[in-house]
Amino acid sequence: MQWETVIGLEIHAQLATKSKIFSGAATLYGAEPNTQACAIDLGLPGVLPVLNQEAVKMAVKFGLAIGATVSPRSVFARKNYFYPDLPKGYQISQFDLPVVSTGETTIVVDGEVKVIGITRAHLEEDAGKSLHEDFEGHTGIDLNRAGTPLLEIVSEPDMRSAKEAVAYMKKVHALVRYLEICDGNMQEGSFRCDANVSIRPKGQEKFGTRAEIKNLNSFRFVEKAINYEVLRQIEILENGGTIVQETRLYDANKDETRSMRSKEEANDYRYFPDPDLLPLEIDADFIESIRTQLPELPDQKKLRFKAQYGLTDYDAEVLTATRELASYFEEVALLSGSDPKLCANWVMGDLAAALNKASLEIEESPVDPQRLAGLIQRIADDTISGKIAKQVFEGLWASLESADAIIYRDGLRQITDTGAIEAIIDAIIAENPAQVEGYRSGKDKLFGFFVGQAMKATEGKANPAQLNELLKKKLS
Amino acid sequence: MHDKTIRELSDGLKSKAFSSLELTESFLKRIERLDPSINAFITVTPERALKAAKAADEALEKGAAGPLTGIPIAQKDIFCTEGVRSSCGSKMLDQFISPYNATVVDRLNAAGTVMLGKLNMDEFAMGSSNETSFYGPVKNPWNLETVPGGSSGGSAAAVAARLVPGATGTDTGGSIRQPAAFCGITGIKPTYGLVSRWGMIAFASSLDQAGPMAKTAEDCALLLEAMAGFDPKDSTSLERPKETYSQGLDESIEGLRIGLPQEFFGEGLDPDIHQAIQAAIGEIEKLGATVKAISLPHMHLSGPAYYVVAPAECSSNLARLDGVRYGYRAENPKDLKDLYMRSRGEGFGAEVKRRILIGTYALSAGYYDAYYIKAQKIRRLISDDFKKAFEEVDVIMGPTSPSVAFQFGEKSQDPIAMYLSDIYTIAVNLAGLPGMSVPVGFSKGLPIGMQLIGNYFSEQRLLQVAHRYQGVTDWHQQSPTL
Repeated sequence: MQWETVIGLEIHAQLATKSKIFSGAATLYGAEPNTQACAIDLGLPGVLPVLNQEAVKMAVKFGLAIGATVSPRSVFARKNYFYPDLPKGYQISQFDLPVVSTGETTIVVDGEVKVIGITRAHLEEDAGKSLHEDFEGHTGIDLNRAGTPLLEIVSEPDMRSAKEAVAYMKKVHALVRYLEICDGNMQEGSFRCDANVSIRPKGQEKFGTRAEIKNLNSFRFVEKAINYEVLRQIEILENGGTIVQETRLYDANKDETRSMRSKEEANDYRYFPDPDLLPLEIDADFIESIRTQLPELPDQKKLRFKAQYGLTDYDAEVLTATRELASYFEEVALLSGSDPKLCANWVMGDLAAALNKASLEIEESPVDPQRLAGLIQRIADDTISGKIAKQVFEGLWASLESADAIIYRDGLRQITDTGAIEAIIDAIIAENPAQVEGYRSGKDKLFGFFVGQAMKATEGKANPAQLNELLKKKLS
Repeated sequence: MHDKTIRELSDGLKSKAFSSLELTESFLKRIERLDPSINAFITVTPERALKAAKAADEALEKGAAGPLTGIPIAQKDIFCTEGVRSSCGSKMLDQFISPYNATVVDRLNAAGTVMLGKLNMDEFAMGSSNETSFYGPVKNPWNLETVPGGSSGGSAAAVAARLVPGATGTDTGGSIRQPAAFCGITGIKPTYGLVSRWGMIAFASSLDQAGPMAKTAEDCALLLEAMAGFDPKDSTSLERPKETYSQGLDESIEGLRIGLPQEFFGEGLDPDIHQAIQAAIGEIEKLGATVKAISLPHMHLSGPAYYVVAPAECSSNLARLDGVRYGYRAENPKDLKDLYMRSRGEGFGAEVKRRILIGTYALSAGYYDAYYIKAQKIRRLISDDFKKAFEEVDVIMGPTSPSVAFQFGEKSQDPIAMYLSDIYTIAVNLAGLPGMSVPVGFSKGLPIGMQLIGNYFSEQRLLQVAHRYQGVTDWHQQSPTL
């Protein structure tokens, strides 16, 4: 039996507003428990919510970035259920009329571009945190997070593999960071993902029963959880069983998904429009003003990079993955005035490797675009060879010196003086008559020997192209 | 002194006939002496009151006083008052000391009033007789065997018994107007959105409104001026230019068009009440008004619609009372479910639980469309009836309640019978219109109230009509002997 996987993702992105969605309390991560929850967040008797404009702006930005309709009128609804970290006994969310409706985005998997539909995105408030350890049989409730604005982004069930799901999640992650509406910090819970996974016989139109895997907080876990779940469902169906529609958790240690014991029966959330909030009305002028504030989006940037810098699709894709990386590259290209491909190679190659090794993000790079550009200029103008440049790069990484300073200090200038190179070649030829004889009689491989000797003699500083030319001349 | 209106007391304070301190002490003594038999107060705050009175006297001395400076009032215990128990008439909040003030409280404090204490009420504002309070029923000062009405029973009784010259109340289905009628005082529920709900413990968010209760329309106007106005902390609060309701009350009402809905004068209306209303309307006609018969055809649906919408909203609003962060918590809960069930089971009274159950049901899957949505649609029909009526008339009048104050226990065993006592007032909340009750007579020694309903934001006109009526009658000056 050939099975097809069907995946939809629900992403909760914490919006990067200074204060909460319905109160003025701060949203900073990591504060002492219950120090960032005001009367409204605590659900004291008599309190009322007031909508944070900035959260609305951020939702609109997202809507525009995915080409969605921004609803001129959307409604906040109460989602009613009891849990200690939900102070009011209901979450203010949006149900029938979300602020953003149908949009889409593209992903690239195995060189293929695919469109993933986004059903809707809506605003809601986050709940607090329940801490089940450390309290001796009790649960500690921290309400700092209660009331933090969330944008819930729901995809169409358009993904057909874990790989596609991860690509989509990465794309949305990059998008919200590009838009500066979410810091995307998964360890801190700013970006959370639930995956709805089902399988069906290939060719069947009807969807199979899905399982929801909750709170996947890394790209790796999403991939592994989905892969496990698909195999689990295949095994059940192939053995004649049926899939239970349920919520499951991913156990990273055991690499398996488990049913959540607590969900005995489905909750009836009794959604109804929140009478404490007016319908959110967004007019065309407001949307336009947000549109003018949008930064260049990843897809646009990628096209521009290809056109403006003559980069390949792959290079453009890599360099536009984040706003910071793209902007770093462009500065290097601008400042060095050199071949963009050369710049791209250095940014994606040596720099990226060094950053990776040190676990640093591009924003934390000890080598700023200015200094890297300086290095690239010296390669482009033949002051140093590509090989020597790697040495200079290490110097840039370890100090605040410019490429020129390092080249001068360590005497790394390329030798391009023909006379000097010729003199060195003459000396080598004189000292190695056997090899000369061997080369001249047809052993072409020996050419490398002479190159090596010359590089040794010049401490690697001989201009490779000139060296090759002169060697050929002298050895023939 | 206790019979003086707020206006008279204010004049007296300004002319130094007495001080706020003297006034406050006098009312506090009266409360101490008489409240045990009425039970209008849940909490009396003598220390705060005396402190506020002294501050008011200083302001009066400096000449920096307004019309309410130094005037003693009391707050319905539904308003959060900083540092003072705010119980909402419930065991659930018996130990709750609010860390903040309701906007209504802040504004009345800022106007210089002196708060004497917190007033008794039906638990969580659910009731029409003040029989559901955790703190025991309030007695109607006119006849201690009868109810004062509800849910602002404590507020009405306190004013009627002259324990305080003015009080705040709240009205979701008639809870200012009906107790005002039962106790022979004046009260007004403003247009929805006029007075801030910040700090006013929520029952039914789309229906609740705060309003003043006092002996006269003029006193209500003075209190409403201080209470009303936009509050950015309440998203349903309306931004409008401020109005001075106490100005222009004496102006002529010549040409006023009164509408009398046939639905208000049908079966079930006590004949004494009918007669008193007719007489009152006659007086207003003498002042230059004309009368027209009108119809509000969907009026009979207001009860069913209300008793879906209000419980639905309250079932959600009261979910926060779970014993977790504040309020009553059951002893030694063995797990989370037990904590919830016993805290709420023990903390809430029967009527509150009844309404939570009804509301939960009306919102539940499979019933939401048939009940909640349907009720909201009916609400629109009722609003449209009023809209149409106000194209032809300026003020709608009729009885506030089908009966005068009833005996304790008479309706508390039959919730439906209790709900029917709100039959004339509920539609006004559903439409969000302003409504008022003024005393217009007596039946068997118990007060009769007449309801005035105006179009949106016509508080000024309602108060004016009531004031003019009170200028040619003296029902509002009567008080029970205690």
